Amino acid sequence: MKKTYKIEVDCANCANKMEQAAAGTPGVKSATVNFMMLKMVVEFEEGCDPRGVMEEVLRRCKRVEDECEIYL
Amino acid sequence: MTRKQKAMLRRIAAAAVLLVVLQLLPQGLFRGLDGLLFDGAGRLVRLALYLVDYLVIGHDILRKAWKGICNRQVFDENFLMAVATVGALALGAAQDGDYLEAIAVMLFYQIGEWFQSYAVGKSRRNISQLMDIRPDYANVERDGQLVQADPEEVAVGTVIVVRPGEKVPLDGVVVSGASTLNTAALTGESLPREVSAGEEVISGCINLSGLLHVRTTREFGQSTVSKILDLVENATSRKSKSEDFIAKFARVYTPLVCYSALALAIVPPLVGLFLPGGASWQVWLYRALTFLVASCPCALVISIPLTFFAGIGGASKAGVLVKGSNYLETLSQVRTVVFDKTGTLTQGVFEVSGIHHSPLEDAQLLEYAALAESGSSHPISKSIVRAYGRQPDRSRVGDVQEVSGEGVIAVVDGRQVAAGNQRLMARLGVVPVPCSHVGTLIHMALDGEYAGHILIADVQKPEAGQAMEDLRRAGVQETVMLTGDTQQVAQQVAEALGIDQVYSQLLPGDKVKRVEELLERPAPSGKVAFVGDGINDAPVLARADVGIAMGAMGSDAAIEAADVVLMDDDPRKVATAIRASRKCLGIVRQNIALAIGVKVLCLVLVALGWADMWLAIFADVGVMVLAVLNAIRALRVE
Repeated sequence: MKKTYKIEVDCANCANKMEQAAAGTPGVKSATVNFMMLKMVVEFEEGCDPRGVMEEVLRRCKRVEDECEIYL
Repeated sequence: MTRKQKAMLRRIAAAAVLLVVLQLLPQGLFRGLDGLLFDGAGRLVRLALYLVDYLVIGHDILRKAWKGICNRQVFDENFLMAVATVGALALGAAQDGDYLEAIAVMLFYQIGEWFQSYAVGKSRRNISQLMDIRPDYANVERDGQLVQADPEEVAVGTVIVVRPGEKVPLDGVVVSGASTLNTAALTGESLPREVSAGEEVISGCINLSGLLHVRTTREFGQSTVSKILDLVENATSRKSKSEDFIAKFARVYTPLVCYSALALAIVPPLVGLFLPGGASWQVWLYRALTFLVASCPCALVISIPLTFFAGIGGASKAGVLVKGSNYLETLSQVRTVVFDKTGTLTQGVFEVSGIHHSPLEDAQLLEYAALAESGSSHPISKSIVRAYGRQPDRSRVGDVQEVSGEGVIAVVDGRQVAAGNQRLMARLGVVPVPCSHVGTLIHMALDGEYAGHILIADVQKPEAGQAMEDLRRAGVQETVMLTGDTQQVAQQVAEALGIDQVYSQLLPGDKVKRVEELLERPAPSGKVAFVGDGINDAPVLARADVGIAMGAMGSDAAIEAADVVLMDDDPRKVATAIRASRKCLGIVRQNIALAIGVKVLCLVLVALGWADMWLAIFADVGVMVLAVLNAIRALRVE
């Protein structure tokens, strides 16, 4: 399952960091951050609860880039 | 300007003012403090004041650099800037000398970052404005009153009202009313389109003149406007080779320059220890720090994705939707353009232009043909039914057998009717009579006897000739036309339009094979684009290097299979798309060359000691500003 989230981030490099952090989260199959459109597309593993996974994604992103935001 | 940008601007201004004030304070002032308090007090106070200024402008960079270290992602531009400026401050403190440089470097770096964020935000808004076709509401009649409803909540089949000046919120069919629609946001076509009752309207158009009642045919999620928005917004997620290259380059580059700087700080002074009049540690430390400032890769990292973003945005303004940066890149390398004839170069509207060699009455033959073909959705079948002029009585038709690429055999009123091309006649063992006119021939056979043919002609699009001319001017070396039509028709069209190569009498499967042959040619022939109208050619669209679907809004299979979607059916747009991609990729190359060239030059000058930190920061910020401004040029597509 794929879902798109609106995000807030300042620089292209920070967006790359978010992408890496999101992709490494358990339950996430793949993650792409589109810095230009300020969007994150997350593909979840089968049978995951997107809500719970995304909360973890947000926590991890905040750790690498504290000024970022994901609108769940 | 966003709230964050305003806050940052204030910080930059405050730090700059404080820096100027500190620089203007007379030197004697601090020395005087020594006498008043204790020895060295003046020096400490001065350092503290400069430090405050430094923290005002650079505290977030320091924090981010520290975070990077904690997260084991050490090497990024924050780290470069933090090390360079802290090092420069330390050097200054050791000599009670020049703090100006360190703070100025941080100040200019922040100005550069601010400009970058402003430029990105600006082009982001620009592009969202271009694509400002998302309708906010739909007027629905409830209890005799017009209510504004969320388009997502309007069910299929609801009658909605579109007033002049409003956007058509959902795809549908006009029930009553007549008006002109501005389709510019969808097709790039500035000429308004006239619509009246019974005609289809697509969402995203703007109603210009009259009141329209529209029965919706699709949900919002399935409507044209949603699909276009989806396509454009996801386009920059597919990264091009250039973008991948830059991302990989940055990953190798930053650690490399950090280690080089370290070597620059340590090796020459060490060597100097063994030489008479050896180099000083301070000189080389300063050079190493300058090296770090000069090496910042921001210009590259930001300007390449920004260029693609602007290029895709500019193209969509012209009615060309490119599904990803990678396709824009491939499009720029296209040397061969393959066209499917029907629907792209010709209008795909067939008209019966003659009936020859028939032993029956013309109307009688046409009736048999229309009945036999009544079940088919092929454009040729439809044209025959149209020429027949009445609704075919399907109950008279039985045992319909469609032979792909050949025609139809059916039983009508108890007689076997065959309608199709020469191959179908050969299959039945009937010898057809050739025709002296140019067009598509539908040969007819009744109970195994030849019964004449119906001549059907397709009309060339008026822009098709100009389109070929435009393509050649855009640098396309070869144009190819594929068609299922007879060689005679194909040749005539090709000659009229100036097409280099023609393959005729192809079955749908043959088209894929032809395109594959073109793809397999040796390397220097460039990439192959296929242009189709999305009807029956989705496999070919998917197989070509770049599949271009034309006038395809509404055909889901084509939008799915194609890499580039032309929103109207003007073949000249193919050249527009190629020109836009060439321009965009040209800017990408300019930016890569500019950024890497200036960087390398700067690094060499710094290592040799011929440039100081001022030059380094100006080179860094200057190149970035130039690259960003250059990137924004890609928004303009002629």
